[in-house]
Amino acid sequence: MKRDIILAGVGGQGILSTAAIIGLAAIEKGWYLKQAEVHGMSQRGGDVQSHLRISEDPIFSDLIPFGQADMILSVEPMESLRYLPYLHKEGWLVSNNKPFVNITNYPEEENIYGEIRKVKNHILINADDIAKDLQSPKSANVVMLGAAIAKLGIERQYFENAIKGLFGRKGEEVVNVNLEALEAGIKFAEQYSG
Amino acid sequence: MQKLLLLGDEAIAQGAIDAGMSGIYAYPGTPSTEITEYVHSSKEAKEKGIIASWAANEKTAMEAAIGMSYAGKRTMVCMKHVGLNVAADPFINAAITGANGGMIVVAADDPSMHSSQNEQDSRFYGKFAMIPILEPSSQQEAYDMVHYGFELSEKFKVPVMLRLTTRLAHSRAGVGRAASKEQNSGSLPSDLRQFVLLPAIARRRYQGLIDTQPAFREESAKTKYNEFIEGSDKSLGIIACGLAYNYLMENFQNGCPFPVLKIGQYPLPTDLVEKMVDSVDRTLVLEDGYPMVEELLTGLLGRGLKILGRFDGTVPYAGELNPNVVARALGLEDTYGEDAPEMLVGRPPSMCPGCPHIDSYKDLLEALEPYGNGRVFSDIGCYTLGALPPFEAINSCVDMGASITMAKGAADAGLVPAVAVIGDSTFTHSGMTGLLDAVNAKSPITVMILDNSTTGMTGGQPSAAFTHVENICLGIGVEREHLHILKPLKKNHDENTAIIKKELEYKGVSVIIPTRECIQTLNRRMRAKFKNKTK
Repeated sequence: MKRDIILAGVGGQGILSTAAIIGLAAIEKGWYLKQAEVHGMSQRGGDVQSHLRISEDPIFSDLIPFGQADMILSVEPMESLRYLPYLHKEGWLVSNNKPFVNITNYPEEENIYGEIRKVKNHILINADDIAKDLQSPKSANVVMLGAAIAKLGIERQYFENAIKGLFGRKGEEVVNVNLEALEAGIKFAEQYSG
Repeated sequence: MQKLLLLGDEAIAQGAIDAGMSGIYAYPGTPSTEITEYVHSSKEAKEKGIIASWAANEKTAMEAAIGMSYAGKRTMVCMKHVGLNVAADPFINAAITGANGGMIVVAADDPSMHSSQNEQDSRFYGKFAMIPILEPSSQQEAYDMVHYGFELSEKFKVPVMLRLTTRLAHSRAGVGRAASKEQNSGSLPSDLRQFVLLPAIARRRYQGLIDTQPAFREESAKTKYNEFIEGSDKSLGIIACGLAYNYLMENFQNGCPFPVLKIGQYPLPTDLVEKMVDSVDRTLVLEDGYPMVEELLTGLLGRGLKILGRFDGTVPYAGELNPNVVARALGLEDTYGEDAPEMLVGRPPSMCPGCPHIDSYKDLLEALEPYGNGRVFSDIGCYTLGALPPFEAINSCVDMGASITMAKGAADAGLVPAVAVIGDSTFTHSGMTGLLDAVNAKSPITVMILDNSTTGMTGGQPSAAFTHVENICLGIGVEREHLHILKPLKKNHDENTAIIKKELEYKGVSVIIPTRECIQTLNRRMRAKFKNKTK
């Protein structure tokens, strides 16, 4: 079993923290991992992506081949569309619905959502709203992750342990609210009907 | 021992810490920055007393490393590919002086120019210097090659180059560690004239380097990093260098049917290359960067051998490799998802909200209005983003320090006023000498040194210029009355613009230093301060 995931967003949105949780979960399960990141110029508010590959077997390429990704996990709706050339026809597109507008020609939101809905397997989630309802706006990325984990081939407990490991030093409260965020994302995906 | 999850850069750093390195020198540059950052923040490195030093530029870094090697200790110097241009003089000569303590020069190339102004291939520099080059294909190899590289350097008493590219530098994977080595205790070179490159000595040293070439080639033939892997289908043979091997195997998950020569060490192992081309009909060369191996095999006339690669278009001439490029080169089925919809728009990088450069550009642009466009020479840093909308304020970005010297040359040609825009860290990297040229020539230029007290674009490393910019300028001979320190804030816009306007009219060198800390560095500093307080 393998999962090739494109994590997408805008520089500064923290996609690498999402990658870290998935990575830890995969490692704990005994899987291999390769994760290509974008550092440097694009981190200044440009489009950024990370190729995260997790697999039971050794992985060769650090980059995911076009048309082979099992998932695009995007914290920004327009950015989710940028990587469609990578998505396998049976792959999942999981995207946050909250636009990050730092350009003057940002398209109409509804047009973006329309394009996302054209993808056969998709989840469009209001992760920011859900995180706010949990009184933890910073946990939107974990809500997103919750919406995705059913498709990642790794049991939930590994993600929970990864969250405990990564947020542990910030205290029990932070761990708990992120576990709730994960749960909320999972629930959202279970009930999602497009 | 449990594997560590490390970037290629970090694997190199950890390898160096474990292999008994005593000091690492660097100037930040994508994609090499994280090597020195890792050592800098490593508790282990601190306990071992390893020096992790940001230098004013790559040349000073290289020279400090040569000095540490002279004194018998293991050292590493790291830079991006174009940084090696800056350090080329000491680099080439270090091959002639040779090393005493082990010395590894890390050059991180950026094919496809993700964060760079060209995609030059540092292997040519290694070949030019006539020293061994190591090129890892994985994070684990990157780690292992540091151990091996120091051994190689101390065995042959020459610096060794470790070349990697962006994809490996910035990709993470599990890395197992080897047993730690003690640092060298320090020793003088056995020949105290070894590093004195007077012609008579240099000739002898150079002859020694020439005479060692066959031994380097022998080493390349027996190293585990160069491996001939048999294949049953002899219609094609593949020479895969560094990361290219991974892209090849990505396409042959169950084993490659063709013979493969995996290359991780140069000079090329002649016997293995010969074995390959003699046993197959055609040879495909896969290498990230310029077609270096391919050119060696093809030769000028290309007679005889059937070599496929970037020259004949089997692989695109420019840009980094990836699994799909390699699939197409092999004639395998290519894969592709859906095209991104047309409504998708680009999202170029931009200056951060609150960035002091935004105010500096607004001030400068208004002051320049009467003169029209086309007279602002800029440099390498976050302020290069001033080339993009909404500012579109700059007309050049060539190399570190070129803003001041290009402005001088343009002023010499009659483009007056000419303006240079340069950051504080770039100024002390390579701008100071150019400013001296301009002062000596009394050039009618206005130099804006945007002092944000950090090396911003690479993530906020300390700037060698910190607190020194004004005194350096005065020391170089800039007139006190034509040197202004401004605070680039919205509320100061009119005042700042007026000062710039006035200096644009001055027919000599003016220096304006808008000074305000980088917003990212400030945030980080405040977070750290808050964290310490709550402890």
